[in-house]
Amino acid sequence: MNRERTRILIVDDEEIVRESLSGWLEKDGYTVVTVPDGHHALARVGAERWSIMLVDMKMPGMDGLQVLEQTRKLQPDVTVVIMTAYATVDTAVSAMKLGAYDYIVKPFDPEELTIMIEKIVAQQALVRENALLRKVLRREYKFRDLISKNANMQRVFELAKSAARSNSTILILGESGTGKELLARAIHAESPRREGPFVGVSCAALTETLLESELFGHERGSFTGAVARQRGKFEAANHGTLFLDEVGDISPKLQLDLLRVLEERSFTRVGGTDTVAVDVRIIAATNRDLNKAVAAGQFREDLFYRLNVIPVHLPPLRDRRDDIPLLVDTLIEQLSVEQAKPIEGVSHDAMSLLVNHAWPGNIRELRNVLERAAVVASGSTIQAGDLGFHQPGTGAQPGNVLMTLEEVERRHIISVLESTGGNVTQAARILDIDRVTLYNKIKKYHLREVESA
Amino acid sequence: MSSIHVWWVGVDAPDEPLLDGVTTEIARVFEVPVTRYHSGERPTDTLDVRRQQHHSTAILRWLKLHRPHDARKLLALTDVDLFIPVLTFVYGEALLDGPCAVVSTARLGPMAPRHEDAPRARARLAKECVHELGHTFGLVHCAAAACVMARSINLAAVDGKQATFCSDCRLFYLERLTQQGHDHE
Repeated sequence: MNRERTRILIVDDEEIVRESLSGWLEKDGYTVVTVPDGHHALARVGAERWSIMLVDMKMPGMDGLQVLEQTRKLQPDVTVVIMTAYATVDTAVSAMKLGAYDYIVKPFDPEELTIMIEKIVAQQALVRENALLRKVLRREYKFRDLISKNANMQRVFELAKSAARSNSTILILGESGTGKELLARAIHAESPRREGPFVGVSCAALTETLLESELFGHERGSFTGAVARQRGKFEAANHGTLFLDEVGDISPKLQLDLLRVLEERSFTRVGGTDTVAVDVRIIAATNRDLNKAVAAGQFREDLFYRLNVIPVHLPPLRDRRDDIPLLVDTLIEQLSVEQAKPIEGVSHDAMSLLVNHAWPGNIRELRNVLERAAVVASGSTIQAGDLGFHQPGTGAQPGNVLMTLEEVERRHIISVLESTGGNVTQAARILDIDRVTLYNKIKKYHLREVESA
Repeated sequence: MSSIHVWWVGVDAPDEPLLDGVTTEIARVFEVPVTRYHSGERPTDTLDVRRQQHHSTAILRWLKLHRPHDARKLLALTDVDLFIPVLTFVYGEALLDGPCAVVSTARLGPMAPRHEDAPRARARLAKECVHELGHTFGLVHCAAAACVMARSINLAAVDGKQATFCSDCRLFYLERLTQQGHDHE
């Protein structure tokens, strides 16, 4: 227990109370400051961090409950104890409802006061210790900028770390927003090529001609507008890593060109004849099922095998829900810095909604939701209402929140299951689908709890 | 020049052997000269009629103005029950790092020499006197339950501690003594 670190603010209009209480607590080694009213108290709360506040109930101007209410908004983690000369059940209930730690009647027994303060200090020490342990754990769960405690993700990290040491081509497979580029960057940073460049290119964003020029560069005059020789991404990534995002979307011609580079480690610029040799490690990524694309004749089988040397599957967020609290914690810390707004965390209800959301947009969607919530949150804790989610079971509100089709489906199924009391047969009848299909959807959306509700 | 003065400011006549015992104990722990101060003056306007207790902070204020001029530290002993406004009672009070302390015999048990509990009550008084004087040297409460500077929240806590400083508090006391320019004899 660290008494010097414990800062106590006493708020009481009676000077004699302030003096005697601060004298008593200072002898316990605490740092004590006294103020005569609510306005002075809130000014100190707005400017400095406090561990404990002892607030008198009856004061002229702002009373103890108003001070408590405002303090909860400014510093939610400060422990507030309301002091009063007259105990009434109503005020005690109001104080506790507003988040007071305790309610004590003056004069206190020395033992009562000492034990209460010691208990608060011990609890705060535990909270600090817990935060420290979480920080240590977070370090354990980290692979560069990626963080996860999920067993499957830990295996991904292990595989990525081993793969980083080799020079083999890596194919990262995963839905949009799962962090494919972050993983590619982490692999590069862990690889012997870390001193070389990391060059990323999104293959789906460019037309075939532009992508060709972007990848391989062009000679002067090779096409209208090619006023000078231009180096491509392959050359820019020499001795480093080239990250080809959305590689499943490239045209058949470029698939062939890419295959040649992978085989020969050399290429010619657009409009050129000279062969340019490069030493590049390729990390490709796609959200498409390349096996299916190969079977459908949309993707070259030989290129697929060239790229698929070390496949790494990034699971979607809905399959690693155990990671959501950790990710929320990490993202809030980042957003708090970016927005220069102290956000301490999310409420229990908000976390429950976040953990149970379908997250079709994965971590990118989670970040966007938290970013928006951090902006609209009025206090330093993000509440359920700040998330902009439509609460299941409260009826559809079209136009209120823009959702993916999957999310609409998930919410509708939850709503129907709730209305049938979890009866799947009845719900399937209402939805006009067979029971097997509904079971599959329940599984897909992780709706077991609703189903058994 | 004497360092610590002990002054009886109680209502009843002073119990001289009791005060001599306290003086000896203080001299042993603080390792400085301790003198008895005799005066018929008593603190005024310290009684709270409603509570029928005396306000210890008011006593300290009065002592600060009425202390003997050569007293670096003054320990006042009284037989009246003491309180501070936020607490139901206190055994004593001191000005942290200041010149005065006051301790009451009222709640420490029977002090009459023939009473069977008197040795324990007198031992409690000695401990509380050392404790409050310790505060005047800047010592705060100690986490070691056996140290005389451990909190005195009830009689069990007082009984559980010794009449001496733990090694950390003693070291702190000696440092403060040097800083405050006392002669460590």
